[in-house]
Amino acid sequence: MTKEAKSKLLIKDKEIAAPGEVLATGMDFLPSYGTYRLNNEIMANKLGVASVVGKVIKIIPVAGRYPPKRGDVVIGKVIDVTMNGWIIDINCAYDAMMNVKDATSDFIKRGENLTRFFKIGDHIVAQITNVTSQKLVDLTVKGHGLRKIFGGRLIEVNTHKVPRIIGKQGSMVTMIKQTTGCNIIVGQNGWIWLSGTPEGENLAVEAIKKIERESHLSGLTDKIKSYLEKNKVEVSQASKPVGVEKKTQSSKAASVSKPEPKEAVKSDKK
Amino acid sequence: MRGTEIKPNILRYMDENQRFDGRKLDQLRPIEIEYDVIKTAEGSARVKMGGTEVIAGIKLEIGSPFPDTPDNGALMVGVELLPLASPEFEKGPPSIDSIEMSRVVDRGIRESEAIDTKKLCITKGEKVWMVMVDICPINDDGNMLDVSGLAAIAALKVTKFPEFDGESIDYKKPRKKQLPISKVPIPITVYKVADKLFVDPVAEEQKEYDGRLTVTSTEKGMLCAMQKGGDEPLSADDVDDMVKIAVKKADEIRKKL
Repeated sequence: MTKEAKSKLLIKDKEIAAPGEVLATGMDFLPSYGTYRLNNEIMANKLGVASVVGKVIKIIPVAGRYPPKRGDVVIGKVIDVTMNGWIIDINCAYDAMMNVKDATSDFIKRGENLTRFFKIGDHIVAQITNVTSQKLVDLTVKGHGLRKIFGGRLIEVNTHKVPRIIGKQGSMVTMIKQTTGCNIIVGQNGWIWLSGTPEGENLAVEAIKKIERESHLSGLTDKIKSYLEKNKVEVSQASKPVGVEKKTQSSKAASVSKPEPKEAVKSDKK
Repeated sequence: MRGTEIKPNILRYMDENQRFDGRKLDQLRPIEIEYDVIKTAEGSARVKMGGTEVIAGIKLEIGSPFPDTPDNGALMVGVELLPLASPEFEKGPPSIDSIEMSRVVDRGIRESEAIDTKKLCITKGEKVWMVMVDICPINDDGNMLDVSGLAAIAALKVTKFPEFDGESIDYKKPRKKQLPISKVPIPITVYKVADKLFVDPVAEEQKEYDGRLTVTSTEKGMLCAMQKGGDEPLSADDVDDMVKIAVKKADEIRKKL
């Protein structure tokens, strides 16, 4: 090849691509997730929606298991306790491993019972510190917001829709948190932990399911906002006649009513 | 849903009259019924209740009656829990659950006298119609028993006799005469967890109940069959409440048939 052929983009943003499909020719584009370069062409190796941002071409898969990445915050379940750590299920094809040194700074004697920290069946929010080429995944719970989680409810969503659920700089999840009064942790592996009142949790779950279903459409944030607002009214109306019940659970009611004043301010502005 | 701990979560939700899918404790999932889904069967129905889906098929055959009831037709109900419906069902000989399910559905139809078995007699002591109900789950998302029972009676309601010339049955000829069905027995299982009673569980809830009572009732709240399950005992008051709920819910479903 004496002279490089001119680069050409063969796919538009948000178009569906199938494995083996040529997405672009020439060296002016960069293959990202779900694509690879073969000779002079960029090809897809996953079935999904193409995304072209500047020179970078990637594919957002329609479905699939969670591919572990270094730095991701995930929710995991302890499935085994070993001599020097724990084995964690992170909803991925490979089980993750957490060493004792990544769980605590305490001094631990040889042969000590590690269930003191985490036992089988516990759920944790953890960060992936390393993924080897052999797909050995290491986790840590040392870090901001990383911990064991208690109570609440765990749901599973498509891992590739997680970025939409979080939104830009967490805008989507913050909105759900505020309108439903729930505490929400979204793991990159598609497990989401919610904790609040049953009504709030159910509304949040419905909203998340809606995002998962309609993630490919534009204007999603506005849609979810109006959905939450519409159902929020119903929830508060439904709970009004049962005011007597709320008074008896004053501590609970106090924590629930927190997001409501914010709502009032918002609607005043309108 | 994978709960961090499912049972405390169920109780926490039920304290506020809520369920995992946003229903109330005594609220059923939406029901869809489709009739005559299998052409080769004398009657069939597909019933969907939320994520649970069941197909029931009816075959009619000529056989000899039981010696103690020479002028009555026979009813046979079979439920086969296929592995395609749930990861918890195994292939092989029928499991305890499938035997219980088929027996409870059978008992409901039999004891309600929904089918007039006298009318199934062709020659006394020699030839009678045998009604075979086969129930086949397509997807299990809880409450298989109630959906199976509903599918069975829905299929029976549209069952027609095949052409019979005195010697052999011609299944290919168009069917005309309707199977005599006089009542609509509907089984409703009421579940108990702690002190809460609820109906129509989803798969997670079904794993965590303490006790259950299946009540089959016909129109006007006639009770015709019951079955108790689960590890915990039920008090007399519980049974009273459960029967009331079951009759109310059965009436609700009957309108959709």
